[in-house]
Amino acid sequence: MQLALERRAERSTVIAIASPLIAIALTLVTIAVLFAILGKNPIEALDVYFLEPLLDPYSLGEIVVKATPLVMIAIGLSLCYIANIWNIGAEGQFLIGAVTGSWLAVRTNGTDAGHWVLPAMLVLGALGGALYALIPAICKVRFGASEILTSLMLVYVANFGMDYLVRGPWRDPHGLNFPTTAEFDPVATVPTLFEDSRVHAGSLVALAVVMLATVLLGRTIMGFEIRLVGAAPKAARFSGFNADRLVLFTFAVSGALAGLAGIIEVAGPVGHLQPDISPGYGFTAIIVAFLGRLNPIGILIAGLFLALTFIGGENAEIAIKVPLDLTKVFQGILLFYVLACDSLIVYRIRLIGTFRKLAHADV
Amino acid sequence: MRAIGITKRYGSFLANDGIDLDLYPAEIHALLGENGAGKSTLVKVMYGLIQPSAGELQWMGQKLVLTGPSEARALGIGMVFQHFSLFENLTVAENVALGLAPTESFTAMSERLEETARVYGLPLDPKREVWRLSVGERQRIEIVRMLMQNPKLLILDEPTAVLTPQEADQLFVVLDRLKSEGRAILYISHKLDEVKRLCDTATILRGGKKISTCDPRRETAASLARMMVGAEIGEVKAASGRGVSVPRLVIHQLSLQPDDPHGTHLDQVSLEVRGGEVVGIAGVSGNGQDELFAALSGERLSPSGGAIVIDGLAAGLLGVNERRRMGAAFVPEERLGHGTAPRMKLSENALLTGHAASGMVKHGFVNRPATLATVDRTTETFDVRKAKRDPEALSLSGGNLQKFIVGREILREPGVLVVSQPTWGVDAGAAATIRQALIDLAARGAAVLVVSQDLDELAEIADRIAVMFHGRLSSPLDAADVTREKLGLLMGGAKAGEAPSAEEASHAVGP
Amino acid sequence: MQMFEAIMLSVIAASTPLLLAAAGELVVERSGVLNLGVEGMMIMGAACGFAGAYVSGSVIIGALCGVLAGAAMAAIFAALTLGLAVNQVASGLALTILGTGLSGLIGAGFVGQRITPAPQLHLPVLTDLPLLGRILFGQDAFVYFSIALVIGIWLFLYRTRGGLVLRAVGDNHTSAHALGYPVLRIRMLAVLFGGACAGLAGAFLPLAYTPFFIPGMTAGRGWIALALVVFASWRPGRLVGGAYLFGAVTILQLHAQALGLGIPSQLMSSLPYLATVIVLVLISRTRGSAGSAAPASLGVVFVPDR
Repeated sequence: MQLALERRAERSTVIAIASPLIAIALTLVTIAVLFAILGKNPIEALDVYFLEPLLDPYSLGEIVVKATPLVMIAIGLSLCYIANIWNIGAEGQFLIGAVTGSWLAVRTNGTDAGHWVLPAMLVLGALGGALYALIPAICKVRFGASEILTSLMLVYVANFGMDYLVRGPWRDPHGLNFPTTAEFDPVATVPTLFEDSRVHAGSLVALAVVMLATVLLGRTIMGFEIRLVGAAPKAARFSGFNADRLVLFTFAVSGALAGLAGIIEVAGPVGHLQPDISPGYGFTAIIVAFLGRLNPIGILIAGLFLALTFIGGENAEIAIKVPLDLTKVFQGILLFYVLACDSLIVYRIRLIGTFRKLAHADV
Repeated sequence: MRAIGITKRYGSFLANDGIDLDLYPAEIHALLGENGAGKSTLVKVMYGLIQPSAGELQWMGQKLVLTGPSEARALGIGMVFQHFSLFENLTVAENVALGLAPTESFTAMSERLEETARVYGLPLDPKREVWRLSVGERQRIEIVRMLMQNPKLLILDEPTAVLTPQEADQLFVVLDRLKSEGRAILYISHKLDEVKRLCDTATILRGGKKISTCDPRRETAASLARMMVGAEIGEVKAASGRGVSVPRLVIHQLSLQPDDPHGTHLDQVSLEVRGGEVVGIAGVSGNGQDELFAALSGERLSPSGGAIVIDGLAAGLLGVNERRRMGAAFVPEERLGHGTAPRMKLSENALLTGHAASGMVKHGFVNRPATLATVDRTTETFDVRKAKRDPEALSLSGGNLQKFIVGREILREPGVLVVSQPTWGVDAGAAATIRQALIDLAARGAAVLVVSQDLDELAEIADRIAVMFHGRLSSPLDAADVTREKLGLLMGGAKAGEAPSAEEASHAVGP
Repeated sequence: MQMFEAIMLSVIAASTPLLLAAAGELVVERSGVLNLGVEGMMIMGAACGFAGAYVSGSVIIGALCGVLAGAAMAAIFAALTLGLAVNQVASGLALTILGTGLSGLIGAGFVGQRITPAPQLHLPVLTDLPLLGRILFGQDAFVYFSIALVIGIWLFLYRTRGGLVLRAVGDNHTSAHALGYPVLRIRMLAVLFGGACAGLAGAFLPLAYTPFFIPGMTAGRGWIALALVVFASWRPGRLVGGAYLFGAVTILQLHAQALGLGIPSQLMSSLPYLATVIVLVLISRTRGSAGSAAPASLGVVFVPDR
């Protein structure tokens, strides 16, 4: 007996909606088993991870804070991935954006600069991310080099670069030798929105990005181009779209969004530049993008969900001594299940008996 | 071999319905039928690729159940498919080895390969990589590979679809020889002249059923066609005495390097297509037609602006969308993946070629009602059958999708239309609709250029026909004056007015 | 002299995991599958390898655990991409993320522990030869195995029928399928083999390179291995040269740092990664005119028509 895949005549809308829910359910079951293996009570663990963070307003705020960079980066990545352009270097673009934006903060630190500083920082951050992302894009367009590998290698480079700056030229002279810049001035800080919470204006930016992306993909010719290049590259060429130009565009946009997320994160919740401003946002955003099915609203929901798991993970580490790595495991497993379930939208599984083992046909 | 009551069901669709067929040694038996009549399905059952839903096979009087092609090969059944199973980056010898059971050493097999090829008049060099070979040479690999297994029954699926008339003749010589050696041959085709020339018996399939078995030499082409097609198909009416105006599409000494190393180099291609006429480009696929289409549509830019002129304006350096804005329209050979995005809706596929010049985009935003309107109009005008108003392109049948693709272009009333293989793999009814639409468009004053491998089609609709060979285009000849033989010679490389040398004919097409 | 010997030894040590992982991935890609999860499989190999060696006291068992861990991860990838026709890039990334997290979980309990590292060969006269003695005759089993592996792969691909079939599948899976070859099964075997090699490569790190385990100790080597396959134009012979070249870059930057040349250490540390980018650009450029040397159906999803 064998399982065979059969292409459906049309995509199944039922599965398209049910798929992420099934994937989440399967993941929860798998994780519960893992908890049990680790010697923890599965129900209690799931409760700490997923339910408790939702019960406390401060926690909810933290979820929003964590989701903000995830959603922004993931939206940018989704534009690339829809077109089959694989930007894996969002983490590096995030860091470089943080660096280029912080440059202005460090320069004007302690001076009496005006309110133009923060907007300028944001622009610099986005610009830095975009330019850094154009490196792998140009390598691909001009030289045919795989963007997957080049964009990823540049993540390591960005990491080292930022490390150097924070330990060297930009280190706070009054900071007791800690590898961090001075605390940013108020004009260089992203304002918070509510009292008693770290939720900041960056979340509004993220929401705006989600709405813009929805309009772009669904209603504009640019969105059509992105979707077409991913769906049928030859037809895209026939339609008059230039694939190279699209590579540059999507990389630049996703780099800008990642860089923007970077500087917002640094100038907001963190408040200064230090080596570990990112717990792997750039990589988690990849999961968010896929979990959200490369759809802006889906990404918003997925971003919130994964942010929940980050917070849950932190709580679990303290409350029930579960290592933080479990969060990564959870995210990896979730991605696997999402991909698997999504396959069923396009294909159907059939059982074929042994006597038909070699029965292949196309009419 | 004997096939008794072979039936094959796919869901509710009957590809084969109770077919009986007898194949005797020393006989060439034709299997005739339209595209989609069930010929391929039947032979795949006979070769063990598919299991029949009902019915049985008998081999030499014994019941036969095949679980796979290797079993069929072991019994002495060989098959050459229409689409070759070759590996471009491997050598001839490696390709043959992969199609044979590994019973002998590679070197021994290699020598035997060369020997067999030579003996049957189909010479091959074992060490050459397949991507360097022409289509005709590649088919030789398939045939020689089959012959090396000493088959008692040979099945050939549309072998001359990709050959020039001269190459086809050579093939017939080989087949006659094989017949005289006592082998049985099953020859699938839809070309009536060939069948009448070559075959002793013919079985005709239509809609999955066997219509009759007869002696093709006793029948006329018309009676055979009627059995194949059933109802009378309306004859395509060439509007006689069409008023011809100025050249609306001019190709001026276009030379172009291919994009891809396996492609064809275009060499000083020149042609004029005037308003009101249909010009055909004949030729076996692989002689530069794809490259020419890409140059005409703008998917590839020409070396100079003047190489391609549309309605008097130099277009060689303009992109696809600019050419569309100039009133040109294009229909590529590949329906799914090139002409349409298979998994996108028809309305989006209408947008695919319409966004440049058809009022579907305003300030960057897509006007969805406009795209749907195009789908509706195309459906109505060209009788496109589909399951719902705006389905995915993939869900339409070949003929209906082709009607949509041609229709969406014609509805834009282009001044210049370039179509590649307009009715390849399309059922007869849809083909007639499409051909009539092309003629009608020309009658309205447009310049229509049709690239086609089907000489019958060109004979039906074209006013003038040129031939493409090795990236060069012959001067066009009036359709009324030209014979199939003359076209065949040109397709095989002769200069107009000469017969090809023996060497040219045997090395037929391709670089 | 001593310096030369020391440098060569460290280059060989640095190159070996790259060579092992890249060799496996080469076979996978030759069959037409792109598995980006090499980093994930390697780090799992490191964690499980160390765990196995620590618990059992034997490096061989540890290595075996690493191999099995890599193969198990590869099996998940195969189930998804071959069984369910999922996009290979997304699956490979998922594999890396999962592997990184899982290895952290498994290895957490072993951080700070030490084991006796893999023994090095010692032949009576040969190993003590000056200059080349230790380099040629004083390596541990992993190093010799890596060379043997590459030779074995070369023989397999170009001198056996199995290798011919594998290359055919990578060239044109539709033709291979039409000829009756089990495309998915062949690819699955290739993927599992690649996983085993990556697992072994990962296990090398805590079992021979350093005698302890640190989370994330692969530090991107899996990704460099992927670049190596491209650099080698999918040919086993060139793989050896590429691996040793990259190993050399990694080592040289360490030595340059030690020399205190005043260049920031971070710049030196980023050299291997920058080198990878530059190499990828140069390789792709020179090949540009001749067309890609990649297996023609690399990364293309295959679903047999019924």
